[in-house]
Amino acid sequence: MDVLVDAVGKAFRLLLSGDPYLWGIIFRSLQVSGGAVLLGLLVGIPLGTWLGLARFPGRGLAVALVNTGLALPPVVVGLFVYILLSRQGPLGSLGWLYTPSAMVAAQFMLAAPYVAAITVAAVQSVPPELRLEARALGASHWQALALHLREARLSLMAAVAAGFGAVISEVGAVMMVGGNVHGETRVITTAIVLETRRGRFATAMALGLILLGLAFAANAFITHIQQAAPRRRRPLTS
Amino acid sequence: MRRILSSVIVNLIIIASASCSAEPREIVLTSTTSTEDSGLFETLAPVFSRAYPDYRVRVIAVGSGEALRLAARGDADAVLTHSPRAEEAFMAAGHGESRRPVMYNDFVIVGPTDDPADVCGFPDAPSALACIAEHHLLFISRGDDSGTHAREQELWSAAGVEPGGEWYREAGQGMGAVLMMASERRAYTLSDRGTYLSMRDRLDLEVAVEGDPRLRNQYSVIVVRDALNGDGARAFADWIASDRAQAVIGEFGVERFGRPLFTPNAAPSDPASVGR
Repeated sequence: MDVLVDAVGKAFRLLLSGDPYLWGIIFRSLQVSGGAVLLGLLVGIPLGTWLGLARFPGRGLAVALVNTGLALPPVVVGLFVYILLSRQGPLGSLGWLYTPSAMVAAQFMLAAPYVAAITVAAVQSVPPELRLEARALGASHWQALALHLREARLSLMAAVAAGFGAVISEVGAVMMVGGNVHGETRVITTAIVLETRRGRFATAMALGLILLGLAFAANAFITHIQQAAPRRRRPLTS
Repeated sequence: MRRILSSVIVNLIIIASASCSAEPREIVLTSTTSTEDSGLFETLAPVFSRAYPDYRVRVIAVGSGEALRLAARGDADAVLTHSPRAEEAFMAAGHGESRRPVMYNDFVIVGPTDDPADVCGFPDAPSALACIAEHHLLFISRGDDSGTHAREQELWSAAGVEPGGEWYREAGQGMGAVLMMASERRAYTLSDRGTYLSMRDRLDLEVAVEGDPRLRNQYSVIVVRDALNGDGARAFADWIASDRAQAVIGEFGVERFGRPLFTPNAAPSDPASVGR
């Protein structure tokens, strides 16, 4: 038990001392996962909106596929991206393997389904009459769609938080395609694996605390939105 | 309520340990990724089981540094590593009961097939490393406190180079992962020959420097002091130094690579009290 208390104490001191190794890793993590979620939004929101509002044969299957994407195992995504980016692979000429770009690509594949799946639910929770009324009042198709997304914006922010929470704590894919290179592709999760193996528990614990903090922040945000959302929607449905 | 719960737990433990006693007793052996990645243990384990049906070896393959750290914490019965300085420190700290050499192979510096530095021209490792540093050619280090990493650092200091900068990358991963990375990024790295040979088909790397006496890689087995399964650990250490096991080690790899991956050189054990 003393070991644990000791490690937590040292972890706080390390974090407060502004240790450059530690903060460099934290910054790289935010960069990679933030970039992946941003790209995930660019793809996931249009895809989710389309799947949520359009009517076409096979739509149910498409939504089911997106929802399956929520359970994509990171190591399988890592394997797929590794093969794609290795020098013999179809995208090998990019030279991305073992660089942050490869990590963003892998985490993008994990984040995009989160964003898309939550967007589907979010746009469907807004009453369709809203768009019809907007059209009746002279709004264009795109203006009506923008209004619709505006109404769903809180849930869409939850999509961001959920996607971020999923990728920031993922270790399998970034370890495989990033390679845990010091100062380049070492992120919070891969560093925790390495520092624990090296017996540097305080450093590992400091990173673990930051990771917990980030996961907590993401989930607190989602919970807050879930609690707030019904109250906001009531005036619309009345 | 708590008393009932604890008695249930105690009973479960008794039942579990009773059912275990019929099973072979486990010897926890921490060893290096090189012995696991090369497949040596897959070959040795069944031979040991036949000789000692009462025991079963559970191998935890990690870097030499971690292997010794786990053992120092009492989480292993025996250790098989290749990091002489770290092993001597382990024995000096009183964590080991006995230590003896088992086998050796050698390290090689591998690099891209076109060898831009032409480090092949250098027969000795420090000069080759100095040349890599001078030309800022990409070098990937294990960076994980493993035996290979320790040796690499000794070679850099022999070369009089403090490695660092854009061309020097620390991977913090096992030998196999680092070789894959070196191959993908056309980089140089230090590898044990066994792991390199066992993966050669999948790598775009060739041996750039070999044969330097500083590249010799000695493996030793240590029986951990006050081990949970000390009898098992002693039996294993005696067995791996026996003629039978040494013959298996000497044959390992001949069929697949046309040459053995390890050279057996077991010597009588070096008890802690004698020390070096």
